[in-house]
Amino acid sequence: MDTTPIINNFKSEEYQINMGPQHPATHGVLRLLLTIDGEIIKKVEPDLGYIHRSIEKMCERDSYQQIVHLTDRMDYLSSHINNEAVCLTVENALELEIPERVKVIRTIIAELTRIASHTLWWGVMGMDVGALTTYFYGFRDREMINDIFEETCGARLTMNYNIPGGLMFDIHPNFVKRTKEFIAHFKTKLPEYDLLLSNNIIFRKRMEGIGILTKEDAISFGASGPVGRASGYSCDVRKHHSYSAYDKVKFNEVLKTEGDTYSRYQVRVLEMWESLSIIEQLIDNIPEGDFFAKTNAVIKLPEGEYYQKVETARGELGVYIVSTGTKNPYRMKFRSPGFSNLSLLNHIAVGGKIGDLVATMATLDLVIPDIDR
Amino acid sequence: MNITKNIHEWLFSLMPETTASIVEMVLIAVVYLAIFAVAGLYLVLLERRVAAWFQLRLGPNRVGYQGLLQTMADALKLVSKELTGTLKADKFLYNLAPYFVIVTALMAMSLFPFTKELHAFDINIGIFFLIAISSIGVIGILLAGWSSNNKFALIGAMRSGVQTISYELSVGLSLLTMVLMTGSLQLSQIVEVQEKGGWLIVQGHIPALIAFCIYMIAGTAETNRAPFDLVEAESELGAGFHTEYSGMKFAYFFLAEFINMFIIASIATTVFFGAYLSPFGITENIPLLGVFWFLGKTLLLIFLMMWFRWTFPRLRIDQLLVLEWKYLLPLNLMNLLLMALMVLLGLTIQF
Amino acid sequence: MGLTKDYNTKIMTNEALQNLISLWIPELEFTEEKSQFLNITVPPEQLIPLMTQLKSNSETNFDYLFCLSGVDWGKELGVVYHLESTTHRHQLVVKVKTEDRENPTFDTVCKIWYTAEFHEREVFDFFGIQFTNHPNLKRLFMTEEWDGFPLRKDYVDEINMIIK
Repeated sequence: MDTTPIINNFKSEEYQINMGPQHPATHGVLRLLLTIDGEIIKKVEPDLGYIHRSIEKMCERDSYQQIVHLTDRMDYLSSHINNEAVCLTVENALELEIPERVKVIRTIIAELTRIASHTLWWGVMGMDVGALTTYFYGFRDREMINDIFEETCGARLTMNYNIPGGLMFDIHPNFVKRTKEFIAHFKTKLPEYDLLLSNNIIFRKRMEGIGILTKEDAISFGASGPVGRASGYSCDVRKHHSYSAYDKVKFNEVLKTEGDTYSRYQVRVLEMWESLSIIEQLIDNIPEGDFFAKTNAVIKLPEGEYYQKVETARGELGVYIVSTGTKNPYRMKFRSPGFSNLSLLNHIAVGGKIGDLVATMATLDLVIPDIDR
Repeated sequence: MNITKNIHEWLFSLMPETTASIVEMVLIAVVYLAIFAVAGLYLVLLERRVAAWFQLRLGPNRVGYQGLLQTMADALKLVSKELTGTLKADKFLYNLAPYFVIVTALMAMSLFPFTKELHAFDINIGIFFLIAISSIGVIGILLAGWSSNNKFALIGAMRSGVQTISYELSVGLSLLTMVLMTGSLQLSQIVEVQEKGGWLIVQGHIPALIAFCIYMIAGTAETNRAPFDLVEAESELGAGFHTEYSGMKFAYFFLAEFINMFIIASIATTVFFGAYLSPFGITENIPLLGVFWFLGKTLLLIFLMMWFRWTFPRLRIDQLLVLEWKYLLPLNLMNLLLMALMVLLGLTIQF
Repeated sequence: MGLTKDYNTKIMTNEALQNLISLWIPELEFTEEKSQFLNITVPPEQLIPLMTQLKSNSETNFDYLFCLSGVDWGKELGVVYHLESTTHRHQLVVKVKTEDRENPTFDTVCKIWYTAEFHEREVFDFFGIQFTNHPNLKRLFMTEEWDGFPLRKDYVDEINMIIK
């Protein structure tokens, strides 16, 4: 018998590959340094800062009214909710009485924003797993919401509809009618989403059982929003630290326990139904009254520290203001949901294939300016 | 075909036999090349319009009537574009790759019987030749991925290699299943069998239907189209193997994809749906209408492939292989046995 | 859903928290002034024992670090940790400060909360605060060769910064 050991001349070697900053799956200017063995991901190292504008530093020289406008540019898909976060912080610090009308309108528009963000995400999700048609379906429905926004506040994406103390204008007379039209339209279209993508066998096979995040890890990594809730971690700020008009409406916090990519997908789709129900409950009950509370032209927050969290489409956005009593914040920090959600990417993507990484990343729903700020 | 006969006679009367036949071959090749380059362009247009239709938009409709000149304009643009490349590319292989792909695609075109007479190259191992040719195309893709010195391209090329080698089996076996009924690999013979006894998909009923389904799946995978477009996988690899190609070289890859789609659909038409034969022989006395029927059936199948592409998400590489080796291949082998039994026992439907 | 939850359970008041925590480490500074949370200021060397205790003790169980920010108080540099318990739903702020502006150093908490790894890198990037035992303390947003720490109050960049 031949006993010479078999010498393997073919060495397998890990190699590194740059995904981004210009790559279709990173949805912006995120750069991932991947260490790969064949097709299997060994390490994911995010490299950030390609779109960093130092919003936190800019805030230190701006007045509070100006800061609201900067926040649009963070998570541009939930711009209204970002504005709301800053406004709420300032209002709470000033202990302003906000008219009920403002609270209700803010809530309705925030939920519309959430739907708009989720429809876009849904389209892009499909595109990332190779089903290009979903993209256009998502945009079709988002377009209706954008039209409503445009009519009410003149902008479609970076809305700046909130000001500290209330809203910039009252709602457009058509607002209620068109929102109802949208609800009726979207209720027929949401089941279509399930037909086209959610129940597709290829899609299910690709999404189920990959990128698993346990509840403990979700909490420890500071996951929030749909990412956390898909792991069974109840983290809906609207429920736990209710703000605006969320305490007046009934809605469910969508929770899944699997923690895989498909459950993250499902949470977002089901959340659109919940958002629809919130809007339905409020749209007929917008109270009459002022659309803003009077504030001083120069807002000076009393000395102290203020923190406010809100639930954006991506998760928990925290605004931390350290004020020394001047018209500018002394230190302003945004705790963005995308930043924490990105930090767990390495944890859940390792061991998967390149295709898995793309699908997993799509369900984290990263918006890069939100991470970079 | 009188014109072709006249040209043939005129050529042979003009010069010695060998020269004449060479000139004739060149002439045929040029005609085919021109027709299919244009056909490829219109397939691109068709795909764009079909995609637009699926995706609630209009698609190209500005250049020419209903956008008919759009892809012509695109092709002109691509011709006039600068050919860029990577510095450290393996220049020879890098330049060779696109030609490999387009040449093999065009070579296969010569075999199809568009009508009884319009049949350029009726080789007696027709089906075998087609399978062989279509698998050479993958060498071009591998070369492109390897030589362009780009990791994304390399991953795409490796995926392509794995995919084509796997799905070749299913394409071959499902066609072999049909060949059992015809007893010949020659395409004209296959059509003849169908002329006598009805389309093969009807003759072979259940196993033929299974073979057709497998063939369409494997054929879609062979052409690297969605849901099997892992080779390009734009959301994963950017553009896959042709990341570093531009201008006309890119256009060759692009065109080859569409011509390959045409080939896969044409093979299916010839083997399953009676090539140029009209349904129930309604236009049997007008032979030229065969072209219409052939192209009509082919386009229908192409539409089916476009439908796949714009509906399904992409598979993952391991799922792709699992599908082939664990499901399609055993099914195919069993189907082959079933067909052999049927032919042996004479259970095929004959008109 | 079938999941009915009571969303407003807060087991411990700030006062009870203060009493409990001051039992563990006596020399802590507590304040509720100028903030909606209970604030604890902890000396740097006590940071890790306190944080470990806050997370692991079943009565406090602060398992969610929802914000970690660096702050430049002028004389001092520091880090502010915002903590929440996902079971008890009480919140707490822990602050740690140092007067050493040349070489500010704290211990890392990223073994306790994984999310701190990225947040601490951000703080290092903008405030130049070192975290000992951090697995991968590199610049996160800025380039490696960037000079200075932009979010510090004494940072000057005459070209890029517009001061009003």
